[in-house]
Amino acid sequence: MESYRILPPNCAFRKVLQLVVMRPQEFFAAVRLFANWSICVIWWNAVREHPPLRALYSPKMPTHLDNEQSLLAAAQAGDSDAFVTLLNQYSRHIYRLGVSITGNHHDAEDVLQEASLKAYTALAEFRGNSRFYTWLVRIAVNVALGKLRKRALWKESSLDEPRESEDGTYIPLEIESWGEDPEEACLKSDLQQVLSEVIQKLDPKSRTIFTLRDVEKFSIEETAKLLSLSIPAVKTRLLRSRLKLREELTKYFGKDARNAMPTSHR
Amino acid sequence: MRCRQVIDKISDYLDGELDPELVRELERHLEHCEDCRIVVDTTHKTVEIFYHTEPAALPEDVRGRLNQMFTQKFRKEEPR
Repeated sequence: MESYRILPPNCAFRKVLQLVVMRPQEFFAAVRLFANWSICVIWWNAVREHPPLRALYSPKMPTHLDNEQSLLAAAQAGDSDAFVTLLNQYSRHIYRLGVSITGNHHDAEDVLQEASLKAYTALAEFRGNSRFYTWLVRIAVNVALGKLRKRALWKESSLDEPRESEDGTYIPLEIESWGEDPEEACLKSDLQQVLSEVIQKLDPKSRTIFTLRDVEKFSIEETAKLLSLSIPAVKTRLLRSRLKLREELTKYFGKDARNAMPTSHR
Repeated sequence: MRCRQVIDKISDYLDGELDPELVRELERHLEHCEDCRIVVDTTHKTVEIFYHTEPAALPEDVRGRLNQMFTQKFRKEEPR
């Protein structure tokens, strides 16, 4: 037990070993405290240096119901009330997705109804390999894309008259900071109206990608999978959608619009 | 890094998917380019504002028709 005595009296390692042997509880409590503190410091530095990472730490996908698993089991066993409870949790998200993709409320309602019905019919096939919500979104996206394909809109590849340079780089025109916090600058309902309007300025494919990634919070990989697109294709559209929407929102929230490309960007 | 490269990398930067070396280059550029700083900041705000906005409640008439559809479906299934 006291083999540390073979080390020289002034050796720091001996003092540490002595502490472990003589006061093990205090020693390990201090180690735990130090480890926790280090994790906090590393995490905070990562978040502080890369502010966008904060978003990753605030999961915003529609919340699970506490009893989702038991509701699912009951619904799969034929309990229709359990299915309706599950559906009610996500129906407004599916409806918003439908509005974003199809561009109108009438089709969005069709998407919600058809997707809900398909989900109900196929519920026995749901194996729980993904969240129920992801599964429901997959069904809704397929229904909504079917509607776009019927209207021959899905293949439309234009990117809403992008202002691109010869090498394909997007050139921002509206360069002005935003005056105040947009979420405080207008009423919640007005803000939803503004967001709903500007998103319709994207072409159908771009707004579908943007909605899945930035509104419904799917990862880029999940978005690509849901739409059977390649990851680079999703990333390119996402970048342009974000820039386009930034410009549109700048018209609402910006101040001192200069409306001109500064020479440094040419 | 030039302004155009910054614009090309905004998405990866905001998603935290940019190589650390490129992050340092991009941030060095932002230190002395106000225009790019504004574009990055307002793009970030754009993503955040959509990200944090909850969907409006389902319109009452839409909810009513959805419930009606299922009520009829369940009623038809009952005799089975």
